Order: sequence, then structure tokens, then C-alpha cells
Amino acid sequence: MDIAFYVTAAVTILATLLVITRHNPVHALLYLNVSLLSHAMLFYLLGASFAALLEIIIYAGAIMVLFIFVIMLLNLGKETAEQERKWLKWQVWAGPSLLAAVLFVELVILVSSSDGTAYEPAEVTPREVALSLFQVYLIGVELAAMLLMAAVVGAAHIGRHKRLVLHRFLKEEPEENVHEEEPVL
Amino acid sequence: MKSSISIDMVILLAGLLFALGIAGVIIRKNIIFMLLSVEIMLNAAGLAFIAAGSRWGQPDGQVMFIFILAMAAAEVSIGLALILQIYHQHKSLDIDKLKEMNG
Amino acid sequence: MENLLWLIPALPLAGFLILATLAVVGAGKKITALVGAGSICLSALVTLVVGADFLGAAHESGTYSQTLWTWLEVAGLSIKMTLTLDALSLVFIFVITFIGALIHIYSAGFMEEDRDYTRFFASMNLFVFSMLILVLADNLLLMYLGWEGVGLCSYLLIGFWYEKPENGYAARKAFTMTRVGDTAMAIALFMLFYQSGTLVIGEISTAAPGIWTPNSTTVTCIALLLLAGGLGKSAQLPLQTWLPDAMAGPSPVSALIHAATMVTAGVYLIARMHVVFGLSEVAQTVVAVIGAVTLLLAGLTALTQHDIKRVLAYSTISQIGYMFLALGVGAWTAAVFHFMVHAFFKALLFLAAGAIIEALHHEHSMFKMGGLKDKMPVIFWTFMAGAISLAALPLISSGFYSKDQILWYAWGAEGGSPLLWAVALLGAFITAIYTARMVILTFWGEAKTEISHYPGKRMTIPLVVLAFFSVFAGFIELPHNFGHFTLFSDLLHGVMPETALRVDVSSEWIFQLLAAAATLGGIGLAYFYYYKQPQRLENLRQDMVLSALHEFWFSGWGFDKLYNVVFVRPFLAIAKLNKADVIDQLYTGIVAGTDGLYRLVARTQSGSLRWYIMGMVIGAILILGIQMML
Repeated sequence: MDIAFYVTAAVTILATLLVITRHNPVHALLYLNVSLLSHAMLFYLLGASFAALLEIIIYAGAIMVLFIFVIMLLNLGKETAEQERKWLKWQVWAGPSLLAAVLFVELVILVSSSDGTAYEPAEVTPREVALSLFQVYLIGVELAAMLLMAAVVGAAHIGRHKRLVLHRFLKEEPEENVHEEEPVL
Repeated sequence: MKSSISIDMVILLAGLLFALGIAGVIIRKNIIFMLLSVEIMLNAAGLAFIAAGSRWGQPDGQVMFIFILAMAAAEVSIGLALILQIYHQHKSLDIDKLKEMNG
Repeated sequence: MENLLWLIPALPLAGFLILATLAVVGAGKKITALVGAGSICLSALVTLVVGADFLGAAHESGTYSQTLWTWLEVAGLSIKMTLTLDALSLVFIFVITFIGALIHIYSAGFMEEDRDYTRFFASMNLFVFSMLILVLADNLLLMYLGWEGVGLCSYLLIGFWYEKPENGYAARKAFTMTRVGDTAMAIALFMLFYQSGTLVIGEISTAAPGIWTPNSTTVTCIALLLLAGGLGKSAQLPLQTWLPDAMAGPSPVSALIHAATMVTAGVYLIARMHVVFGLSEVAQTVVAVIGAVTLLLAGLTALTQHDIKRVLAYSTISQIGYMFLALGVGAWTAAVFHFMVHAFFKALLFLAAGAIIEALHHEHSMFKMGGLKDKMPVIFWTFMAGAISLAALPLISSGFYSKDQILWYAWGAEGGSPLLWAVALLGAFITAIYTARMVILTFWGEAKTEISHYPGKRMTIPLVVLAFFSVFAGFIELPHNFGHFTLFSDLLHGVMPETALRVDVSSEWIFQLLAAAATLGGIGLAYFYYYKQPQRLENLRQDMVLSALHEFWFSGWGFDKLYNVVFVRPFLAIAKLNKADVIDQLYTGIVAGTDGLYRLVARTQSGSLRWYIMGMVIGAILILGIQMML
């Protein structure tokens, strides 16, 4: 089964790399989906089958759909890809990549300083997860529910189609003029 | 279905994915791509949790992953709504053009 | 009736509070005068009642105390608001309230035209209150409160006409100079409390001989520091330069504060603390020497002045010098007696001089006066009454009895010496000269300035009353060979010891004769030079040495110049050097540093999300790096 893990890990890394380098948003999104699915596979291999299912249903299913909706709404296509091509010069990505690489190297050093024995992944059944979730972490579940509620309300509020609102100090025309234009009955 | 994977390997994988996510966030100028990269980072964190949970045979790792999932869902919905608004008001998704909130 | 004691300071305080309120609200002059003068007059009446009662009651301890409330209560230090009446404070409160009342009545007329009428009376009432607290205080801290209070009022009243910058300067000078003495006095209080554990005067006086061995360094130090406080307030050498400039204030102020009461606070202090001074021969000698030197210097300076008020100011310094001399030789009662007599005649002289100055279009120079003898008879006769007392005209003036006593004690008392006596006699001679010169220049000769208006009743009546006392107040204390009437010293002997003599009392008549001769000789000399043959005076002026001496004396022995060079200039130079405020640089630096850091940090708030993330990543890298190091 080790081989399955390494293959999946390779797929994940490759897909993720492609996500952050694609110019076309739809392509990137598809690669992200691949990455998420391989994540699910990894979870499964680690004995977390419930998490693997959630990953596929919620992440790869629901959240990705949201992204696709937004991309369709904004009509991001070829022009965006062109623009991305112009933006992504090596001067732009060299520095950040180096930073990320340094961070990764540090992580490697820190992780490899532990003993690093191999282990048998224990199966954690959905039953155990559910019991833990609704007994020990009940408060957390409540909070998560509230968070989602707030997100729904917030998204609904922010997403409303508003006209450009300027702060009153930034308005060019004083309000007095508006009154003058009104016809006097 | 038994396997013997070194925990180090999983954690390293999570770290690598996290670093890739961070690189993506910094490199991309388009907010949509930045948001995608943030999703990668979240998944990397989730992977680390799952790995830890499976190492000790405890359900807590998966519970944490569920919370991350809930948080990600909230974040994505708000983030995407914001992106829509930004696009409507600025006709652009270039993060470098949104510098009004400077000190 | 003694329990009305608290009313004596309370009435002026109430007057001050009412007037201060009226000054804000705005009030008519009549009501101001009524409140201002009325409160002091009532206070004087209460003083008479309380005083009569006190003398009748004949307390065993010789004191009557009234505790009003506890002022401070801090670990072992308990300061009570206690008023103490004994013979010494009785004399002082009598003088303060009685002369104060007369001067207030006079001021009601004198200040009529001034637009700050209410402010004037408010300050005067506050002064009387502070002065009464000073003399009635039972402990030194309460006394210090009064001491500072009179200093403040003196400052306010010298600078009363504040529109003129010179007046403000004079006020500041007086305040600063007296502050030097006050600081020394505060240190003396600390030492006294440290050594004796109490600030109550009575307790200190009782305990002093047990705490300090006579002539020990500590007691000498305390006495000298107290003396320094007295020197500042009483304008004695070397802190005398403020008093002549203090004449910038209105004449009633000069009369009340800078002649009759406040400047004698030093005399009161030393008389009050006579036990401490009695323990230190050095301090006693210093007091006597300072008194003697001051009376001579100030007398010689008075001889050369043109301004009538400055003559009187220098003569005040000189007369207080006599009091210090008396205190120094241990003639406690003589000093207080001279204080009382001096208060009467000097207040009178100042008030009369004020009336003259006002009548002559605010002309201060005596050389521009003259011929007022027939034009202002009331002023002339009252001024004469004061002048003969100042000159100590034998037998008929009260000044003779008080000053003669001091002269005699300067020779004959335990601490006296022929040298002190000689200086005092010379001083008496000079006093006679400048007094006669002042009178001749002002009242005889031809009129040089037109009289604009004559003083009213409110001004003349106090003058007449004061004139009466100036002439007759001396008769309550007569020398042994001339009636031997010792009402005053008997009264005070309950509080202060009798003067010990070192020579036989029978020789006193020689000194009386010499003193009388000095006075008459001085008057004769002035008469000869200023009235008979003024051209001789002109000849004297031609002399180089004499005119240089005149110039030197006229400037008050160059003390102002000396202090200017030694203290004022270096201080100003240091102030100039430190204009940038070196110490403050540190704090300015901290502020600038914080400000700079803020700007630096604010710059990172660029609004660029990319930079923020970058910062977070670098932060993570650093934290992990540190983790690895550890």
C-alpha cells in the first residue's frame, strides 16, 4: 500500500503545482479538483474514510461549484488567461518561490529531527468521529454552525448588486446642488 | 488494507503542499487564484490533522478537519461574494490595484 | 470673651472673601470701602475686648490658647490650628488691627480714584488676615503659613499698579529676595522638628535648654537660619535691597506692610524664638552686628535720597536695624517697644507722605516739594509729630523713649559693647539729619509744585489719631530716672526675660544726654545746611570725594549692582546656556524616536495584500528558524 501512497502523493503535488501555475482559471480549477480528489485518496489511505468522503462531497463538490459559478458570473476566460500570462514573469515568482522553499526546508529540518518511525494507520470509523463530534466538541459544532450562518448572511449582504457607493467626503458634487435642480412646485 | 507509512512522509507532504499554497498566494495577482491557493493551504493543514489523528488512532484529527471544512465553506462564500463586489466596483481582479487601505 | 480670639483673624478673612466675590461681581465703591475697612475696624474692636479680657484674667502661664481644628495629622506630626494669645502677640495684634484699621480708613479716601478699588481692599484684608495668623500661630508651621501669606500679599500689593513694568519688577524682586530668607527659615523648621520632634513654639521653648547645650553648633545653626528668614522679611543686610523698590506700591501699602507690620515679622520671629537665640551667643552677636551695620548703612543711604518714600523706606530699614540690635544684645522688650512706637510714627509718615504726593500730582522728589507748611497745615503738623518721633526728639516724642532705651542697652546690656553703642549713636545722629532734611525740604522753602487737591476727612482723621499715638505712645515706658514707669516691659516680662545689665543703671543719664545731644546736633546740622546756608551744600557737592560718596550712598551702597553681577547675571547666563533645555532633550528624543518608529511602521501599512502575506511568511520563517536554533 506504500506505493499507493507515494503515487497519490506525487499526483497531489503535481496537480497542486499546476494549480498555481495555470493561466486559465478553469484549468486551474480542474487541477485543484484533481488535487482535492487525491487528498481524499490520501485521507482514505490514512484510515480516515469519513473525512475522505466529506472532502469529495463538500470540497470537490460544493465549494468547487461555487468557484465555477463565480468564474462564469465574471466571465473569466481567454482575456484573463492572456493577462495572467503577462503577469506571471519569472521576476514575479522567483522571490516568493524562494521564500516558500525556505519555509519548506525549515519544515523538513524540523520534521526530520523527530524519530520518524513507520506506523500502522489505525482505522477511525465515522461512528467514533460522530461520537467525538457531538460529545466532546459539541461547543465547537455550535460555533461552526454560527460561523456558517454568519457566512450565509454575510455573503448574501455583500453579494447584493449595489451601485458604486462613495463616502460622502469623496463625493465631488456637494448635495446642495441636488436640491437646486429639483423643480419647485 | 494495512500500510506502514512514516508519519514524517505525510507531514512533509502536508508541508510541501502548504509551501506551494503560500507561493501561489504570493505569486498570483488575480484574486481568484489567490483564493484557490488559500484552499490548497487549508487542505494541507487538514492533511496534517488527519495524519496526526490516524497516527494515534484518535477521531480528533477528523473532527478538526470537519471544522476546517466548515471554516473553508464560510471563507469561500464570503470571499467569492467580495470578489464579485470588487469586480463590480473596480472592473478588475488585480490585487495590486486594491491599495486604498494604506496607512 | 477671650474665646472670641478666632474672630480677630476671621473677620479680615471674611472681608477678603466677600471682597473677592464682589471684585468678580462688580461692586460700588461705598460697599467695598464699608466691607474692607469695616472688617478691620471690627477686628480692632474685638482685639480691644479680647485684650482687656486677657489682661484682666491674668493667666498663670501668661498665655491663652484656642484650638480651632487639626490641620495636619501625619505620623507623629500633628499640626493644629491653634491661636495663642500672650503679651507679645497681644502687642502685635493690637498694632496690626489698630493701625491696619486706620490705614484702611485712610485708603478708602486715598484710593478713591482707582478703578481696582475692590482688588486693593481684598488684598489688604488678606494681608491683615495673614499677618494675624503669623503672630497668633501657636506652632511654627502655622506661622509659616502666615509668613508666606504676607509675602504673597506684599507681592500683590507692590505690583498693584501692574500696568507699569517697573512695578511688576519691584514686586518680583521683593518676592524673590524674601524667598531666599524663607527657604532658610523652612530649613530651620525642618531642623527644629528633627531635633525636638515638635513645632509648637511653647513646647520648643520649654524643651530647648534640655535638648541643646548652650552654644552648640546645632542650636547656632538653627538660630542663624531663623535669623536668615527674619533678615529677608525685615529687609536687613544682606537682603535689604527689595524694600526701597517696594515703594512702587500705593502709599497705604507702604505704610501698613513695608513700615508697620510685615517688615517687623523678623523682629517678631526672633522675639518669639528668644529661647533658641538665647542659647547661642554667636547668633545673638550676629543679630546685633547685622542690626548695627544695617542701621548705619541704611541711615547713610537715606541721607542722599531724593524720593520722599525712598527716604522713609531706608529709614524703616534703619529703624528695624535698631530693633535687631536690641534683640541681639538681649533687650527683648526694648525691641518690641521700639517696634510698636515705630509702627505708629512710620505708618503716620508714610500716610502723610502719600497725601503730599497725591496732592502734588504724584511728585515723589522732595526737591520739587517745599513750602507746604502753611498750605497743608494738618499734614504738616501730623508729619511733624511723626518726624520728631523718628528723629527721637528728647522728652516730648515717644521715639526718644524707645530709641534711648535701645541705645542704653547697646552699651549696658549683657550682650552690649561700646562699639555697638557708638554705631547706634552715630545712627541716631544720622537719623536726626535725614529727618530734619526731609522736613525742611518738604515743608519749608518756596513752593515748587502746585497743589492739585487737598486730602479729605477720611485721610486726615487717621493721620491725627496716629500723630497722637506717635507722640504719646512712648509714655507707657519711661526710664528709671524719669518717672520709672514700666507698664510695657512689665506686660512683656511674662513672655520674655528681663534684660540683664553688665553695668550699673546709675550711669544711664550720661547716655541719655549723649543721645539727646546727637539728635539735636543732627537736627542743627541739617538746619544749617538745608535751611540757613544752602549754598554751602552746593560747595560740598563740588568736592570730588564727597560727590562720589554721595553717588555710592545714593545707590544704596551698590548692593543692587553687586547682586546683579554676582547672582543675576550668572543666573541669566546659565539660563541662556540652557535655553535648549538639556535635560528635556532626553524626553524630546524619546518622543522623536517613538514618532520615527511609528512612521516607519506606518510605511509598512502599504495597503498591498501581497506585502502583508510576505510579512507573515517571513515571520513564520523567522519563528521556525528560532525554533531550530533552540
